[in-house]
Amino acid sequence: MFVINCPYCGEREQSEFKAGGEAHIVRPKQPTELSDDQWAEYLFMRKNIKGIQFERWVHTHGCRKWFNVVRDTSNDMIKAVYKMGEKPPTK
Amino acid sequence: MTKNLRVKTSRFIDETYKVSFKFNGTTYYGYKGDTLASALLANNVHLVGRSFKYHRPRGIMTAGSEEPNAIVQLHKNTSRTEPNVRATEIEIYEGLEASSQNCWPSVNFDIGGINNFLSPILPAGFYYKTFMWPASFWEKYEYFIRKSAGLGKSPKEPDPDIYEHKYIHCDVLVIGAGISGVMAAKSSAKNGYKTLLVDEKPYLGGSTIYQNSEHFKINNQISSSWLEKEINEIKKIKNLEIKTRTSVAAFHGYNFLLARENLTDHLPLEQRNNKTRHRLLKIRAKKVITATGSLERPLIFNNNDRPGILLSSAIEKYANLYGVACGEKNVLFTNNDSAYETAISLNQKGINIEAIIDNREEIDSKLINEIEKNNIKIHKGYTIVDTFGYKRINKVSIMKLSKDGQKVIGSKTSIDCDCLGISGGWTPAVHLFTQSGGKLKFRDEDQVFIPNIYPSNQISIGSCNGEFTLDEILLTIPKTLKEFLNLKDIDFEDLEIESSFNKSKRNIWLLPSDKVIGKTKPFIDYQNDATAKDIKLALREGFRSIEHVKRYTTTGMGTDQGKLGNMHALGIISETVGSKMGELGTTTFRPPYTPLTFGTIVGRNVGEYFDIFRKTPIHDWHVQNKAEFENVGQWKRAWYYPKDGENMHDAVQRESKAARDSAGILDASTLGKIDIQGTDASEFLNRVYTNAWSKLAIGKCRYGLMLNEDGMVYDDGVTTRLDENHYIMTTTTGGAATVLGKLEDYLQTEWPELDVYLTSVTDHYATVSVCGPNSKKIVSQVIPDLDFSDESFPHMSFKNAKIGKIKCRVMRISFTGEHSYEINIQANYGKSVWEKCMEVGKEFKITPYGTETMHLLRAEKGFIIVGQDTDATMTPIDLQMDWIVSKKKYDFIGKRSLYRSDTIREDRKQLVGLLTENPDEILEEGAQIVADIKKSPVEMLGHVTSSYYSPNLKKSIALGVVKGGKNMMGQKLIIPMEDKQISVTVADPVFLDKENKRLNA
Repeated sequence: MFVINCPYCGEREQSEFKAGGEAHIVRPKQPTELSDDQWAEYLFMRKNIKGIQFERWVHTHGCRKWFNVVRDTSNDMIKAVYKMGEKPPTK
Repeated sequence: MTKNLRVKTSRFIDETYKVSFKFNGTTYYGYKGDTLASALLANNVHLVGRSFKYHRPRGIMTAGSEEPNAIVQLHKNTSRTEPNVRATEIEIYEGLEASSQNCWPSVNFDIGGINNFLSPILPAGFYYKTFMWPASFWEKYEYFIRKSAGLGKSPKEPDPDIYEHKYIHCDVLVIGAGISGVMAAKSSAKNGYKTLLVDEKPYLGGSTIYQNSEHFKINNQISSSWLEKEINEIKKIKNLEIKTRTSVAAFHGYNFLLARENLTDHLPLEQRNNKTRHRLLKIRAKKVITATGSLERPLIFNNNDRPGILLSSAIEKYANLYGVACGEKNVLFTNNDSAYETAISLNQKGINIEAIIDNREEIDSKLINEIEKNNIKIHKGYTIVDTFGYKRINKVSIMKLSKDGQKVIGSKTSIDCDCLGISGGWTPAVHLFTQSGGKLKFRDEDQVFIPNIYPSNQISIGSCNGEFTLDEILLTIPKTLKEFLNLKDIDFEDLEIESSFNKSKRNIWLLPSDKVIGKTKPFIDYQNDATAKDIKLALREGFRSIEHVKRYTTTGMGTDQGKLGNMHALGIISETVGSKMGELGTTTFRPPYTPLTFGTIVGRNVGEYFDIFRKTPIHDWHVQNKAEFENVGQWKRAWYYPKDGENMHDAVQRESKAARDSAGILDASTLGKIDIQGTDASEFLNRVYTNAWSKLAIGKCRYGLMLNEDGMVYDDGVTTRLDENHYIMTTTTGGAATVLGKLEDYLQTEWPELDVYLTSVTDHYATVSVCGPNSKKIVSQVIPDLDFSDESFPHMSFKNAKIGKIKCRVMRISFTGEHSYEINIQANYGKSVWEKCMEVGKEFKITPYGTETMHLLRAEKGFIIVGQDTDATMTPIDLQMDWIVSKKKYDFIGKRSLYRSDTIREDRKQLVGLLTENPDEILEEGAQIVADIKKSPVEMLGHVTSSYYSPNLKKSIALGVVKGGKNMMGQKLIIPMEDKQISVTVADPVFLDKENKRLNA
């Protein structure tokens, strides 16, 4: 069980949070203009990386805010947290 | 055979405090401070159990938690009985009753012992290979296999003990209170760190504390005396908490650890009542110092498992700590110097040593010199090739080792003995380190795995880090601690150390014998009877991965998890396949390090606290009125109210009829309620529901269907516009939390520009729903000031009202198809409003109904229940609810998915009504629906999702999903059951009042 540094509340136990899958997948603004394949790409395709992964988390049993986490899935080490709308760290 | 083998007194044993206990029905005596194992050995009892597969007699082998053999059942046939307790760990108390496991009728005469003679035909994988054919016989085999297998018996009665969980946050956690741990704890706590020191034993000081040798000195004091002073000092440090009898079970990422603190297992039963037995400590430490020590390795030679064969360090511990001689004619067998420490201890206490057999040819150290001075014969360069004695060792035969250690040469000699101590060197206890994600490296010079890469803020010190000798430990640790804890000074920097330990070792994983390997039994895993032969067989059969060999041979899979023999298994594999030990890796060390009881894991979450449940404000009334309850999500909902011995069917029939004929009342408080406010609230609803919301007038209600982005129905409910920018949304009971979560997700991540605020108000309001032709007469009496005329208050509208002085919201909405009202009032008034409705409703025979009747009534109307009639593969089109999907709206969640190539297929499963040919035949929910039962294989078209007998229509009705069902109206289908086939006709899913006359009646 890891400790997540919520950008709004600070360090809390993992059990207070819920994971929300890969980050930075933006819902298309005009879904009706997409082909089946393009829509399927948005809807179904997700990365499952061994290593550095950008993902969404929500502080369910806390402030209920969504934010982004950079996690190394091979050892669960969290490299960075940042708010929704902020640019992902490059390093 | 009863003898007293208690030698000189030990300061760890209170000889004034005699304790009587029973083992296998015989009464024995020991002293306070004894473990069951030490007390048995003092009574000359070695034979304590039988092995798992061959039922070979087995004795106490170790003096700690690594014990593979001496596992016993405590207090048989009582509620406190416990299997698989290690005799080496349990402290004796007055009235302790223990018995052997895995033997019948007794440990002395065990019928299963015949397996030992059958062992040539019981190789590794025997059960896998033999009981495969014929498959249908497995049930018969299984009965006998299960009966003869298994370790101990679990209790049949509820656990009378109390367990609890506790969170601990500390700066530094030190695991293990041996000399390294004590030094670490002192350095940490004295420098202001909040420190916790835990050890699995009842005393502090590890194995140094019972050393009594002039050869090991610190600052000119014998090491144990020096350590004792240190221990007395750390007990006084304020910010150091010390927990003994506390074993760390798991070391997870981010320095999160689980430990079990054992509070009462050492007390007589009558002193345990109302006390907490085990406490599970959930520890979050900023830094962790692992000082878990090391485990002595056995040596792998033919028949190395007889009772009377112990680890050499265990013999020393029994002598020094408990004052017990394990035998009168002791032989030691070693490949390193540590057996000589044992020899010196035994010699000091006057315990006879017949001989020492040492693998090494050329050896020299102060320890060895002292032994030779005492005229104890050392057979240098020799190995044991066999042992004798069935229930107790009585002889070993030895032969000279060849130069390369692969063969034995020369002639065989025998040495009589009644106890054999073996020492194969030491294995660092890296279990916790690897559990935490640490990576090991292999040190070739003494063939050990030691910590290499730390995954978190932690360090391993002492012998668990491969520092085995006193001078090594005392020289490295101060430096390590200083760095790890960022200290300027440390107490232990200028210690004077005298240590006589010579590190030389001759490592031979599998010692040779004069017999071929097929004729020998060199045990590697004692508990599971896995021998070197089995491992070689597995390799011959093509197994290569260490994980596969482990599972095939069961090496390391017992309750001891291979703490003793795993290294040898690895060694033999690498030698046989010719690969390097380091490259082979190890099997995964999984938690718990030592077994936990279920009670410890569960803690206080037992009985009514096992799973939390939610009660509505009207719950007590339902209880008083004998409702049966149904679990919906976490809620307890009134299911039906049986009257005068009614069964469920009769009660539901009566309730359903009453609701349509006159009036029914339902507690709908569990429905999820989300308060939505903001200038963009209407736009938000437009995006999350499939239908249009912009034009909904204030004071009106609308039913909405919510989809997932994949187009599948997610939730449904009625939302009411309370004001221009204010809505109240209802969700399904089970969906409340996830719907709120989903809405928040979209608001925060996709549409942060929308001005919308969401608040869950499910618990804030009680909801009383009154339905039926007389509902208006009842509700208008409860709220007399309100205009209930159809013009002013039509179906799907809402009014603010007051009951007395209390504000409430009244919605005229219906899930039953009847004229009906829902009163929403602040939760604490819910019960009184309910009771008021019951009172004024008396003249109309108002009938409380539960969820089952609610389901029946809505099924008559063909209203769906999300999660019952849908299963995350149903679109609104599949549900024949095209009417609710807006064609005009540009976008809403899931819209694009409604015309994917897959969702527009004509042959998707679609919701239809089903009518049975025989109107009294009620279908089973979940039953399969087929068209042609002669076709092979029979094609499954769908299944029944809801089914009831309708008392209002006087016939059986059902809903189901059928492939292409929309176009099958009137068609006959078959529902094959075990004993019959039921003929059904596909029908409109709305069975009653299609014109909605009753809603407006």
